[in-house]
Amino acid sequence: MSENPIPNVFSKDATRKPWFSNWSEKWAAMPRQKQWLYMIIIVVAAYLLPVINPPILSTEPGNDFPLALFTMAVYALVAVGLNVVIGYAGLLDLGYIAFFAVGSYTAAMLTSPDSPFFKVPYLWTIPLAVVVAMIVGVILGIPTLRLRGDYLAIVTLGFGEIIRILATLIPAMKGQVGFQNVGRPPGVGADGIPLFANSNGTPWYWLTLTILIIVMLLAGNLERSRVGRSWIAIREDEDAAETMGVPTFKYKVWAFAIGAGVGGMSGALFAGQVGFVNNQKFDVVTSILFVAAVVLGGVGNKVGAVFGGALVAYIPLRFTAIAEFKYLIFGFALVLIMIYRSQGLIPAKHRLLAYGQSAYAKVRAGTQKKPAPAAEKEA
Amino acid sequence: MGAHSEEVPEADETSTPAPIEEIQPLEVEEAVAEAAAPEREIDVAIGDDLIVVKDLTIKFGGLVALDNVSFTIKRGEILGLIGPNGAGKTTCFNAMTGVYKPTSGQILLEGSLLNGMKQHKITRAGLARTFQNIRLFGDMTALENVVVGLDARHKTSVVGALLRLPRHRREERSAIDRGMALLEFVGIAEHAGAQARNLSYGSQRRLEIARALATDPKVLCLDEPAAGFNPAEKEDLMALIRTIRNDGYTVLLIEHDMKLVMGVTDRIVVLEFGKKIADDVPHVIREDPKVVSAYLGEPEDDAA
Amino acid sequence: MISTLLTAVPTDSDWINFDVPTLINTFWSTTFDGLTFGAIYALVALGYTLVYGVLNLINFAHSEVFIMGCYAVFFTLSFLGFGPSAPNLGFGQILLNLLLALLAAIVASAVTAFLVERLAYRPLRKRNAPRLVYLITAIGASFVIQYLIFWQRGPLPEPALTMFLPTPIFEVFGTIIDSQQIIIVVAAVIMMVFVDQFIRRSRTGRGIRAVAQDPDTATLMGVNKEKIIITTFIIGGILAGAAALFYVMKIPSGVQYNGGFILGIKAFAAAVLGGIGNVRGALLGGLLLGLIGNYGQILLGSSQWTDVVAFVVLVLVLLVRPQGILGTSLGRSKA
Repeated sequence: MSENPIPNVFSKDATRKPWFSNWSEKWAAMPRQKQWLYMIIIVVAAYLLPVINPPILSTEPGNDFPLALFTMAVYALVAVGLNVVIGYAGLLDLGYIAFFAVGSYTAAMLTSPDSPFFKVPYLWTIPLAVVVAMIVGVILGIPTLRLRGDYLAIVTLGFGEIIRILATLIPAMKGQVGFQNVGRPPGVGADGIPLFANSNGTPWYWLTLTILIIVMLLAGNLERSRVGRSWIAIREDEDAAETMGVPTFKYKVWAFAIGAGVGGMSGALFAGQVGFVNNQKFDVVTSILFVAAVVLGGVGNKVGAVFGGALVAYIPLRFTAIAEFKYLIFGFALVLIMIYRSQGLIPAKHRLLAYGQSAYAKVRAGTQKKPAPAAEKEA
Repeated sequence: MGAHSEEVPEADETSTPAPIEEIQPLEVEEAVAEAAAPEREIDVAIGDDLIVVKDLTIKFGGLVALDNVSFTIKRGEILGLIGPNGAGKTTCFNAMTGVYKPTSGQILLEGSLLNGMKQHKITRAGLARTFQNIRLFGDMTALENVVVGLDARHKTSVVGALLRLPRHRREERSAIDRGMALLEFVGIAEHAGAQARNLSYGSQRRLEIARALATDPKVLCLDEPAAGFNPAEKEDLMALIRTIRNDGYTVLLIEHDMKLVMGVTDRIVVLEFGKKIADDVPHVIREDPKVVSAYLGEPEDDAA
Repeated sequence: MISTLLTAVPTDSDWINFDVPTLINTFWSTTFDGLTFGAIYALVALGYTLVYGVLNLINFAHSEVFIMGCYAVFFTLSFLGFGPSAPNLGFGQILLNLLLALLAAIVASAVTAFLVERLAYRPLRKRNAPRLVYLITAIGASFVIQYLIFWQRGPLPEPALTMFLPTPIFEVFGTIIDSQQIIIVVAAVIMMVFVDQFIRRSRTGRGIRAVAQDPDTATLMGVNKEKIIITTFIIGGILAGAAALFYVMKIPSGVQYNGGFILGIKAFAAAVLGGIGNVRGALLGGLLLGLIGNYGQILLGSSQWTDVVAFVVLVLVLLVRPQGILGTSLGRSKA
């Protein structure tokens, strides 16, 4: 009996040995405690990076390292959010920058003296940005998520552009002039200078890194639940998922909304650090750069997304000579990765069951008995 | 878990075709069968009408695919739906499971109308199906595939999953238990951790059935489940279907292989050109001249 | 709080101003101008529609195929001595120069289309890649070309050059129609009729329709799928090259590394509006979108609004009637 290959959305040839396969096998074989140990070491190292400023990795003297790390963390956060939309649910969103913009403008309009709105302390704008972005995500999602594939991609691109153009055309959004003196979290250093100054990347980096870790933990919770399973089912075969009782539309909108919320949060953080928001940075090209980050890193894998986002931010900052070619380089990288390794650099190894590992272990230990005359013919 | 009384074909004095080989169900451990049994309350008694298809008509533009088809499915039985190619079996199937909207007529499950409901709601109402060309979620393990089916009956919300609230944890644990039980029930428990796309064809077909069973259906609809199997494998599969019925499920089966259909079903509905031409027990169907002529006189047609 | 919220909500006169009187005054000139743009959109739209019909793929890189044609026009005419002011040449000489530029544009666009197909899409076909992967690759290819141009030519548009001074030809409804408009519209329509007939009657055209409907069966019937695909791309390239000439004719300052993007979106919107995969749909959609965009621009007062209009049309069509006005039908005998 011949194999019946079922296509994977991103890679129909799953039998090829991926790179780093030794590493991923070793990782999977490690006991949980050892995994946690490694993860804690990596996290501590990440926090210490701006303080250590390691010589080869550092982006200095070209770019301030703590600020570079902050940018990397923001891109990583964006990538994790977009990974929910593209990687889990399989929805190609080409207008993701719109949610980032919504978050930035929310933070700006609620803290900048240039804005006529009532003001709130900066830290409140972060959850508010999440809420506003999620609402926009739902509003955008409900009419468009009936579409599939190419059409969905184009419509999201269209919406992203519409929002960008509106940011220019609506007078209240202040177009190119923008909003200055966006707020910041409280805290003043010994010398009277605010901790979260625009030029001091380290506290901003630590704040974003913490948020990133929390978001990743939450994403992991979602993965190992019916939500994550529904998303992957939708991505693999939406019609079959619908037939198996998955309310596909509802979960697609949720994916969109959650992705939008994370995007908004990143935008708010970015606005706070830079201190200034105008209509110049929210274009299609950046949306596509975000997609590149997710896809290069490894679709469907949140660690891959972090890696991809950090990489996309890091390369132009570290190698300033080629910084102006970053779009060219990432364009090439996209084409090459799609042709030769479409599952990305760190492919997803889904674990979608909260208590799956113990079940698999039992099976491996052979404590299950087979019912009698079922004779299995294995390929 | 009632055992259905077996039909014993009577030997005739004149030249008779071979008696119908009854397919025996598998031996399954009591505990496994318990764990995999249906959990839902069904108001209809065993032997009474569970699904009623009344005057179902489906027209695609000018083409009449189904013409006033009526039949019932009784609780606890295995009903076969057969007919030559183009008879409308798949159309009928698709109409029942919500892929097509009926042009007229009704499909009733325990008295409530299924017409026009969205597919996932029909599955939740109790009508599960498999596909002729297996459509598993290739990137998931076998156990994960089954749990997706179980999720149809779960109540955890997105927020609940996000924060790992108690209901989420409960449902996840019970999902593992019942999922493994279902895998064992269909005979592929040792592949629980394997990627679905790496399984053999036979295992994939069983997995698909397990996944459908996981939705706790009142009626399990199988669309040509034996397609692509050799005769020995077909027998195994049919034995599994018998086992499923004996565990308390009701089954609707589309199949081409007449020998198998005769051996595993309790009743058969025959369609031809969109109309029902016969509706009876297997050994009567086998000798019905209308049926025989519909199949060009070849009741032993092995379409494999 | 409510009052501050209300100051942000735009009232009618603040940001959206329907300038109806101007539209009425200039209605006919706006219309003819709109048709001219529409003809250009239609030519580019046909490239999108053919590739979508045959490969079920939105060829994101088609906008770059177009802009390469524009650059070819620019370089050819600059080389031939054209500059910002209208050249002092006779009609025949101008025509000759324009034909040379057209040829250069067609070659540049067709070659670009060919390379994109061979280097980006064909390897994916060989690996049986799923659709999402094609789309991402298309975007990557578009990026690569754009930023290669950026690398060589920088961010600013090339200096504008004038091909000829449009001379008024005749007057209709009180509006003057000039030679430029006539050339563009007539040439575009002729080309599209030609392509339409080609698809409907020639052997290759039948092959294109067959592959569009059912690639595997077409192969079984002896159609060389790869050849058909590359032919489709090249036809799209040729049309884009022609569109490039007309575009530079009408908007000389538009030759810029990302000049293809917006036009590409508009052309794609036109293709979808008329019916993706439908040859006549591309013409209808193009002309309609040209009209709507121009009316919108006059009505709303800024050229940025034409971009918004294009996107809004695209989004609305996809939501309300994704098969477009004439329906998708490259495979069927009724175009």
